[in-house]
Amino acid sequence: MPPDEVSSALGGDAWIMITAKNLTKRYGSTVAVDGLSFTVESGQVTGFLGPNGAGKSTTMRMLLGLDHPSHGSVTIDGKPYTQHEHPLRKVGALLDAKAVHGGRTARNHLLCLAQSNGIPASRVGEVLELVGLSEVARRRIGGFSLGMSQRLGIAAAMLGDPEILMFDEPVNGLDPEGILWIRTLMRDLAAEGRTVFVSSHLMSEMAQTADHLIVVGRGKLIADTSVQEFIGRSSQRYVRVSSPKLPDLVPLLAGGEVAMHDDHLRVLGMTAAEVGEAAAARGLPLHELRTVEPTLEAAYMELTQESTEFAAVTS
Amino acid sequence: MTEVLRSEWTKIYTVRSTMWMLVATVVTMLGLAVMASVTAVLNDLPKSPDPIKFTLGGTQLAVLLMATLGVLVISGEYRTGMIRTTLLAVPRRIRMLSGKVLVFAVAALVTSLITILVTFFASQAVLGDLGTTLGAPGVLGALVGSALYLTASGLFGLALGALIRHTPGAIIAAICLMVVLPGLVQSLPGEWGPAVSRYFTTTAGQQITFTRPVEGALGPWEGFGVYCVWIAVIMIIATIFLRRRDA
Repeated sequence: MPPDEVSSALGGDAWIMITAKNLTKRYGSTVAVDGLSFTVESGQVTGFLGPNGAGKSTTMRMLLGLDHPSHGSVTIDGKPYTQHEHPLRKVGALLDAKAVHGGRTARNHLLCLAQSNGIPASRVGEVLELVGLSEVARRRIGGFSLGMSQRLGIAAAMLGDPEILMFDEPVNGLDPEGILWIRTLMRDLAAEGRTVFVSSHLMSEMAQTADHLIVVGRGKLIADTSVQEFIGRSSQRYVRVSSPKLPDLVPLLAGGEVAMHDDHLRVLGMTAAEVGEAAAARGLPLHELRTVEPTLEAAYMELTQESTEFAAVTS
Repeated sequence: MTEVLRSEWTKIYTVRSTMWMLVATVVTMLGLAVMASVTAVLNDLPKSPDPIKFTLGGTQLAVLLMATLGVLVISGEYRTGMIRTTLLAVPRRIRMLSGKVLVFAVAALVTSLITILVTFFASQAVLGDLGTTLGAPGVLGALVGSALYLTASGLFGLALGALIRHTPGAIIAAICLMVVLPGLVQSLPGEWGPAVSRYFTTTAGQQITFTRPVEGALGPWEGFGVYCVWIAVIMIIATIFLRRRDA
C-alpha cells in the first residue's frame, strides 16, 4: 500500500476514510459515472447529492465492491473494500432496505450477517434494541413495512459498530417521524467521530443533516465543498422590498443592483438597513423589507440546471 | 472461512423453502418406496433380480428436488437482492460461493443418507420375504451411491443457479440437462447416440446407484466421476462470471 493511500491526518481529528480516484463506470456506451474523484472525512456527515440518475447509487456500489469500476479506484480506510477481512466491522452500509430474504426473521437475518464477520451473537439483540425492532425480532421480514425494513437495514449497518456508515437515500418512503429519527441518528454518529456518507436527491434533506457536500450531475463532480460555502458561492443574499411607491424608490438605490419584479424589488449589494434608511429619508412607505438568505435548494437548482444544460449542448 | 460456513449454515436452516424442499425429498423417497413395496407384496410379484428395485424408485424425482433446492440456495439471494447484503458481509466472492457449496453439500449428503437408510428399512419391513439385507452384494454400495448421486445433483443445481442467477431459468436448465437431454442424445445418428449418451450427465451419474454394473454403460465410480466433471465445469464457469459481473 503506497503511503499516500493510507488514511492521513487532517487538521484536528478528522481523517480521510473514503478516497475515490477518477472513478468511472460505463454500461455499453452510457457513462453512469464519469471520472469522479473525491474524499470523505470522519467526524462529519457528508452528503452525496445529485438528481435521480446522476450515478450516486452506482458510485456507492463501486465503493462497496459490488460493481467493478471501468476505470479508477476507490479505497476505504486505505484499501479496497473487498480486502477488509471483516468489512462489516469497518463499514456499515444501507443500500436497499428491501434487499433481504423475506422468509427469515429479523433476528436470523442479522445473526447470519454477524456470524460471517465474527461479531458476537449478543450484538444482534443490541442493534435490534437500538433501532426499536426488539418486539418484532422473531417475525419474518417479508411482512415488514418500508419503515421497519429501513430500521432493519440500519440495524444491519450498525452490527459491526463500524467507523464508516453509508446510506443510500435513507429517508425515501419514510414518514416524518422516521425521517427525524434517521436525521438525528446520522448527526449523532458523526458527532461520535464516525464517517457518515449519505446520498440523497433531496436538497432540503441535506440542508438539515450534512456538513459537507459532494454534488454530482450526470456522473460528473459539480461541487465538493462545505454546506456554507456551497450556499455562499452559488447564490447571493438580497433584500426584498415592496412599497406602493416602487418607481420613486428605485433611483434611491443606486448603491446596489436592483431587479424589478411584479410587486417588489430585489436589491443586491445593499443591506436592509441601508434600503430602509434611504426610503425613510424621502418619507416613502415600505410594506415589506427583509433580507432573503439564499437556500441550499436554490443553490442546488442553479448548479444542477447548469449541468443539464451543459449536457444538453454536448450530447 | 469457518465464519462464512457458520453464516451459510444459519442461512440454510432459517429459510422455510429449504426446509420444505428437504421434507419433500424425504416424503418422495419414503412414500414411493413404501408404495412400490406394498404393491409388490399385494400383487405377489416375483423376487426381482435387483434387490433394491422396490426401494429407490423415488430417486429420479428426488434428484430434481435436490437440484431445485441447490438452485434456490443461490438464486433465492439474487431474486430478493439478498446477494448484495451477502457480498457486503463477505466481499471475497469465491470464499462466499465456496461457503455455500460446502454447507449445502454437507447438508444434502447427511439428509440424503438418512433418507435413503430410513427408506431402505421401511421398505424392507413391508417387503418381508421379497426383500434383501444391507449385507447382500451391492446393496450398501448402491444406497451410499444414491446418497452421493442426490448430493451431486443438488450441487449441479447450485452451479446452474450461480451461473444463471434466475430461479425459473436455472430450474429449466437443470431439467433439460438432467432429464430431457440424456434421453434425446440417445437418438443421435449412428455410433454417436450410445457414445455421447454414456457420458451425458445423469446417465453417467446414476451408474453409482445400481447394485450391479449395467452393460454398455460406464462403471459406477467412473460414471459418477464423469458426472462430477460436468458439475465442476459448470461451477468453474459460474465462478468466473461471479468474479467478473457486477452484483
